[in-house]
Amino acid sequence: MSLRLFLPRDTTAAALGADRVAHALSLEAGRRGLPLDLVRNGSRGLFWLEPLLEVEHGGERIAFGPVTVDAVPQLLRALASEPAGHPLFLGPVGDIPYLRSQQRLTFARAGEGDPLCLDTYRALDGFAGLERALGMAPQDIVDAVTESGLRGRGGAAFPAGIKWQTVLDTPGQQKYIVCNADEGDSGTFADRLLMEADPYQLIEGMIIAGLAVGATLGYIYLRSEYPRARDILEQAIAGARAERYLGANIRGSDRSFELELRIGAGAYICGEETSLLDSLEGKRGMVRAKPPLPAIAGLFGQPTVVNNVLTLAAVTTVLEKGAQFYRDFGVGRSRGTLAVQLAGNIRRGGLVELAYGATLRQLVEEYGGGTYSGRPARAIQVGGPLGAYLPESQWDTPLDYEAFAGIRAMLGHGGVVVFDDTVDMARQARFAMEFCALESCGKCTPCRIGSVRGVEVIDRIIAREEPAKNAALLRDLCDTMEAGSLCAMGGLTPYPVRSAMAYFPEDFPEGASGKLS
Amino acid sequence: MDQRIAEVLTAIIAQYRDVPGGLLPLLHALQEALGYIPAAAVPAIARGLQLSRAEVHGVISFYHDFRSEPAGKHILQICRAEACQAMGSRVLEAHAKQRLGIDYGDTTADGAISLEPVYCLGNCACSPSVRLDDEIHARVDPARLDTLLDSLGDGGAR
Repeated sequence: MSLRLFLPRDTTAAALGADRVAHALSLEAGRRGLPLDLVRNGSRGLFWLEPLLEVEHGGERIAFGPVTVDAVPQLLRALASEPAGHPLFLGPVGDIPYLRSQQRLTFARAGEGDPLCLDTYRALDGFAGLERALGMAPQDIVDAVTESGLRGRGGAAFPAGIKWQTVLDTPGQQKYIVCNADEGDSGTFADRLLMEADPYQLIEGMIIAGLAVGATLGYIYLRSEYPRARDILEQAIAGARAERYLGANIRGSDRSFELELRIGAGAYICGEETSLLDSLEGKRGMVRAKPPLPAIAGLFGQPTVVNNVLTLAAVTTVLEKGAQFYRDFGVGRSRGTLAVQLAGNIRRGGLVELAYGATLRQLVEEYGGGTYSGRPARAIQVGGPLGAYLPESQWDTPLDYEAFAGIRAMLGHGGVVVFDDTVDMARQARFAMEFCALESCGKCTPCRIGSVRGVEVIDRIIAREEPAKNAALLRDLCDTMEAGSLCAMGGLTPYPVRSAMAYFPEDFPEGASGKLS
Repeated sequence: MDQRIAEVLTAIIAQYRDVPGGLLPLLHALQEALGYIPAAAVPAIARGLQLSRAEVHGVISFYHDFRSEPAGKHILQICRAEACQAMGSRVLEAHAKQRLGIDYGDTTADGAISLEPVYCLGNCACSPSVRLDDEIHARVDPARLDTLLDSLGDGGAR
C-alpha cells in the first residue's frame, strides 16, 4: 500500500521550501522503492509550522513540521516504523491546539486536500450552498445574507445584505459581481490563503451572489503580487466551467454565470472599490466620488456587487447552514467569524479564524506566542497600513468593529502586525505618510498633497526643528486629510500617524507628542 | 519600430480590442511578451482601442507594474511594507542596494538584475519576504539574500 502524504503548495509553504521538500520526498521514496501518493494540499494557515507534512496513518492525519530537505530521509524511515518518535512529530493535525481551538467556518476545508480537486470539494460539503441557492428565489437568497448579519470583510464592514438588496432592486442591462482580491494591506494574507487552499469556495460564493442579484457575469480582480493564487484560480475557474458550475445552464438549471480573472498592476489604491472598478474598465485606478454607489452605477455604469474574497466565501456557509447558524457566532453587530492574520514580529504567525469578540492580547499571546525575536512586543498595527498602532494598554480591546472604532482604531481586513521594542514609532508614522504619497491616486488634494507635506513635516519633527510647532501643524494636516479626503486612503492615513504620536510620545522630540483626535 | 515588436503588438491589439476594459490585460500581455511596453507602441494601442495616446500613457504610468524600459534578466522585489519592517526589511533593502550597487528602479550594469520595492507579498507571517521573478522567499536575511543571488550564477554581480 502506498503512503499518502500531504504537503502544502501555497505561497508561504513554498516560500519556506515546500517545493524542494516535495522533490526530496519523491527522490528519497524512489530510492527506497517506497510507493508514495503525495498530495499538494492547501495550507491550514499554521505558517510557523510550514512546510507542514501530514501523513495518513490509522485513519488520522499525523503532522510533522517544519520539514526541511535534510530531514526527509530520516522522516521517511520514521514513517515506516515509529512516527511518534520523530523530533518533528506534532501528533494528529486536528489536535494541534492552535488549530483545534479555532472556529473555522470559511477556512474549514483549507488544507484538507488538493485545492483543485472538485471531488474533494464536494465531499467536504462544497457546493451545498449553491445547490440550495439554485432552488431559491433571488429575494430569499438576499434575505438570508441580510439576516446572517454578514458584513464586508474588506475593511469597511458594510452590511452585505443591504448592498445585495440595492443591486437586486436596481434595474440594469448587465449586472456584475466583482470580487475584490486586491489584498494589499501589509499583514494580511487571508484572501490569498482562501484562494490558494479552497478556490472553489470563492467561485461558489460568486455564483450565489449572481443568482441573488441577477448578475450573469463576474470578475475576480486579483493583485499581481500573488502569482500562485493566479495559477490556482485560473485552473479552478477552468475546472468549474468544465463541470458546468460556470457558463450557461449551471448544473442543468436555467441560470447562468460566467467568471473572468483579471490581474491588477501593483497599485494599492485599487483595493478601494471604486478605483478597482475604474481599473477593471481599463483606466487609471482613480477613486470615484460617491454617489452614485457602485450598487447602482458600478462597473461600466451597471449595478454591481463589489465584495471582498472572504465576504463572498462566507456566503456559502450562510446558504448551506442558514442565516441563524452564521449569526450565532460573534458579538454586537459583528456577526460570524473573523479571519485574524498574525504577522510581523510574531513567533507563531498564521491564520486564526474565530468568532468576533476575542481580544487582541489573546490572539497575540495565546496563539502568536509573543514575538519572533523574543524581545517584548511594543506596538501592534491592526488593519493594515491605514490602521492605528496600539500600545499594550489597548490590547484588551475585543476584536469587533465598533469596539475598535471606539478607540479610534480599525479592524479592517483583520491583519495584526506585531513590532518588538526596537521599533521607532516616529519612523513608522513617517512611513504611513510616505506610503500614502506613493499610492494616492491623486484625485483629491488632501491625500495627494497632504501626504507629501506629511512626510516633510514629520522629517522636520524628527530633525527637532521646532517640534511643538510642527507637531501642531501635523495634527492640523491629519484633521484635513481625515475630513477632506475622498476615500479611506487619505482619510485613514492619519490613524497610524496620530496613534504613533499619542501612544508613543517617547519616540518623538519633546513637545511633539499628540492626542488621538 | 522593430519588425518583431510590430508583429507582437498587432496580434495582441487584435486579441484585446473588443474585450471590455481590455487595456490592462493588453498591457500585461504586451509586457509579458516583450519584457516592457515600448513608448513607440502607445499610438498603435490608442488607435486599436479608440483611446487617446494620453489615456494609454496615463494608464501605463499610473501602475507600478508597467515599465517603459526593458528590465534586467531577473527582477528582485523586496517587500517594504510594515510586517516586513517589523522583521528587519530595512536592513535587508540596504544590503541589497549595496550588494547590487543600485537603487530601487535601477538595473545592474550587466543587465542581470532589476531591483524594485514591493508593498506586500501576502507572506507576512514569515517576514521578511522577497520575490525573485515569480518565486517568493520567506525569512530572508542578508545572508539568505546573498545565497539566493549567488544561486542565479549569472546574476550575482557584486
